[in-house]
Amino acid sequence: MASEVEKKAVFNAESAKDVVKQLRDSFVAGKTKSYEWRRTQLKAMLKMMEENEPQIVAALRDDLSKPELESSIYEVAMLKNSCRLALKELKHWMMPEKAKTSLTTFPSSAEIVSEPLGVVLVISAWNYPLLLSLDPVVGAIAAGNAIVLKPSEIAPATASLLVKLVANYLDSSCIKVVEGAVPETSALLEQKWDKIFYTGNGRVARIVMAAAAKHLTPVVLELGGKSPVIVDSSINLQVATRRIIAGKWGCNNGQACISPDYIITTKDYALKLVDSFKCELERFYGKNPLESKDLSRIVNSNHFARLSKLLDEDNVSSKIIHGGERDKTNLMITPTILLDVPQDSLIMNEEIFGPLLPIITVDKVEDSFDVINSSGTKPLAAYLFTNNKKLKEKFVATVSAGGLVVNDTTVHLAEHTLPFGGVGDSGMGAYHGIFTFDAFSHKKPVLYRSFAGDAFLRYPPYTKDKLRLLQALLAGSILGIIRALLGWS
Amino acid sequence: MEGSVAELRETFKSGRTRSVAWRKNQLKALLDLVNENEESIFKALHQDLGKDPVESYRDEVGVIQKSVSYSLSCLDKWVAPKKGELPLLFFPAKGQVLPEPLGVVLIFSSWNFPITLTLDPLIGAISAGNTVLLKPSELAPASLSFLIETIPLYLDNKAIKVIGGGADVGERLLKLKWDKIFFTGSPRVGRLVMTAAARYLTPVTLELGGKCPAIMDALSSPSKTKVAAKRIVGGKWGPCTGQACIAIDYLLVEDKIASTLIELLKKTIKRFYGENIKDLKSISRIVNKHQLQRLHNFLKDPHVAASVVYGGSVNEEKLVIEPTILLDPPLDSEIMTEEIFGPLLPIITLKNIEESIEFINSKPNPLVIYAFTEDETFKKRILSETSSGAVTFNDSMVQFLSDTLPFGGVGQSGFGRYHGKYSFDTFSHEKAVMHRAFFPELEPRYPPWNDFKLRFLKLAYRFDYFGIILLLIGLKRS
Repeated sequence: MASEVEKKAVFNAESAKDVVKQLRDSFVAGKTKSYEWRRTQLKAMLKMMEENEPQIVAALRDDLSKPELESSIYEVAMLKNSCRLALKELKHWMMPEKAKTSLTTFPSSAEIVSEPLGVVLVISAWNYPLLLSLDPVVGAIAAGNAIVLKPSEIAPATASLLVKLVANYLDSSCIKVVEGAVPETSALLEQKWDKIFYTGNGRVARIVMAAAAKHLTPVVLELGGKSPVIVDSSINLQVATRRIIAGKWGCNNGQACISPDYIITTKDYALKLVDSFKCELERFYGKNPLESKDLSRIVNSNHFARLSKLLDEDNVSSKIIHGGERDKTNLMITPTILLDVPQDSLIMNEEIFGPLLPIITVDKVEDSFDVINSSGTKPLAAYLFTNNKKLKEKFVATVSAGGLVVNDTTVHLAEHTLPFGGVGDSGMGAYHGIFTFDAFSHKKPVLYRSFAGDAFLRYPPYTKDKLRLLQALLAGSILGIIRALLGWS
Repeated sequence: MEGSVAELRETFKSGRTRSVAWRKNQLKALLDLVNENEESIFKALHQDLGKDPVESYRDEVGVIQKSVSYSLSCLDKWVAPKKGELPLLFFPAKGQVLPEPLGVVLIFSSWNFPITLTLDPLIGAISAGNTVLLKPSELAPASLSFLIETIPLYLDNKAIKVIGGGADVGERLLKLKWDKIFFTGSPRVGRLVMTAAARYLTPVTLELGGKCPAIMDALSSPSKTKVAAKRIVGGKWGPCTGQACIAIDYLLVEDKIASTLIELLKKTIKRFYGENIKDLKSISRIVNKHQLQRLHNFLKDPHVAASVVYGGSVNEEKLVIEPTILLDPPLDSEIMTEEIFGPLLPIITLKNIEESIEFINSKPNPLVIYAFTEDETFKKRILSETSSGAVTFNDSMVQFLSDTLPFGGVGQSGFGRYHGKYSFDTFSHEKAVMHRAFFPELEPRYPPWNDFKLRFLKLAYRFDYFGIILLLIGLKRS
């Protein structure tokens, strides 16, 4: 055992530099630029998913006890869709976009050409370790870049599997996976990248952005926040409850960046809502959810301890009205609902990222907006269940978040025509579909001018007449130009 | 200072700046500001940089007038939500992307185009509905004073503020939390800005610079070559005597045509600006002693001095360096490794003009590459084998005037972009909004899980509607 550990080389700044140099040489040699290369890689990735689904499901079970359906659908199927979309649209995405030109640059023609940024770094998170690693990579490949992927060490089985699969299916001279934890990530962050794409938490995001600043490297940061759900009355309560459950415990047992974090509803409606939850939760996970096969476990003992701490706080533990059962050995916490925890409690001041759902009550449903805005931070997602048109309008107009969904939760993630990203503390930049391609591209404007039509008034010696003509030209006024030319203004 | 920023935040929270009416009023007021104070602007720019009114109009006043008018005419379109296409699976559902303001934004501008680089981003920030603090450069003091005095007379004081001061003020501002920082300036300060922004996860746009090369290929007629020469001269000394991020920094040309080109350039310079340093006109001056000394130092290198083929005179007192051409200075000299940002034009000769691609690639990505050529294959090679913020063929500078082309860098020349709608976008958050109905409900979304639900969802994710129907009526085999 000891010799195996010794054999595994230390990945330090030197190693990181070598990796970057290798990839840069590949990029400069033009390997990643051609349509054929990109297409081949995307097809290989699709094949990789098709041929290894059982291994992927097993790795996700190891890392997260993720139910097979969640692995198959939310990780593998979504990634396959990404690959298929990229393959279908690649030619179109790669085509230059014609741009309009105006009188001021007449005669000319213009276009915007997409070019790859170069050598990019993708750092992913542990909760959807396959999807969050490979989905950005799909876009980076489509855009023609060379890539280093650094999967999260907190999902080690998936990380090892990724190393193996990427080496077997993709072009290793252009796409590499580097495993490791803080030291390896730091070594990578010291290097000069053309883009860094980070999914994770705000604390590490600040470190990533500060490291990127040294090299003026642009970044995409996909973070999180406390995604609130406002529940109005006079709705189809059963459907709403089920959709909230699906978005909360159905997504990695609440460990997802866009999981409903907490609920806001009126005092009058709260108990009805709680009853509906109890009923549907039992229908989904049975009388003894600790034994349900359909719930992910808490990823590790650190997070288990963190979540336990949230529950054990004074004035919070007494507010548990459903669930709260824990199994430390198996790292399970059952779906837990709390009612009216204090606003200054820990559970209301950090992203929960787990199976605990506080319900905050207000007098009128309109007061919810104050609750959300008083937090001072903008979440990655916000949800509203209502049939009231005015409430919907107010919600859309006043709640700032990465994305909003009315009458459902989390589904906007699957919609590739909507950009997926945060704002403020929930992040910067966006991706999915063409937005991923754009995130990894430089959109270069190209202006074609002819030698004819040289405006003498651009050039010195400067005179008052030239000034008048210029004023008319920049104002785009044909009449003004004619008058100036004729010396009449 | 903290009080002003707090007021900007209060104003933003009040929601006043979100109304399209407010935005249009501010833009109209900005247009009035510029229209009614042209002479004062010309005076300030002349004081700060020796700019001629025509140059000031062309590069500053006119640009802002054009930008504001364009934004006013497009604003309604820009603020409208964009529809997202949703697949049948989600039916009935509505998806849209809604632009919303980021909040309180900070704009840093540099001294060389003190009016344009302050007000053009401001137009974007206002159009997008933000409150703004402007921090123009103290190195253009007359323009700074003009802005400090005039902006409060025209614009909403509680939403748009100007602050003066130097690096110390900049540092203090960077310690505060902003919703966006827009920076025009040098890469060195760009790094400091981004590092400070990282503390609050504030998104930034960095408009930096670089050595913008011009490639001069052989052209098919002398008249075209004359036009190219004018555009090269106009693109070097025209904008603030070379002190511009998109000015031509150096020129690449085949040795065969170098001497003819140089003669043409000399003639053009004399015609445009005068015969010698004493009679210079229609050209800006160097902004201050520090910059003048920096430029003078380039010429103090004996090998560089020996390569001067035109000009070279320096008048320290008047802050003037005459248009200077150098032929093949050493490639490792500072003038060839640093951004020049002044009236010195090195010309590098090559055996074959195609070598220019490799030459350009040996240096960091510039903000723009100018190429004067009629060779379509060469144009394609330049586009695909080099990387730059932008490429302009057969002209210089004019891409700056376009409202439909994004203006920004890549790599060391920066990231992010603006002009036209891109200004609006750079100060907006594009919020994805999805509306769903309560019916129909898809049972397979919910646990407890079983094989049927798995198969259903797999088909659903492939948008295989026919397969779904077959599965539902029991005809699909897995």
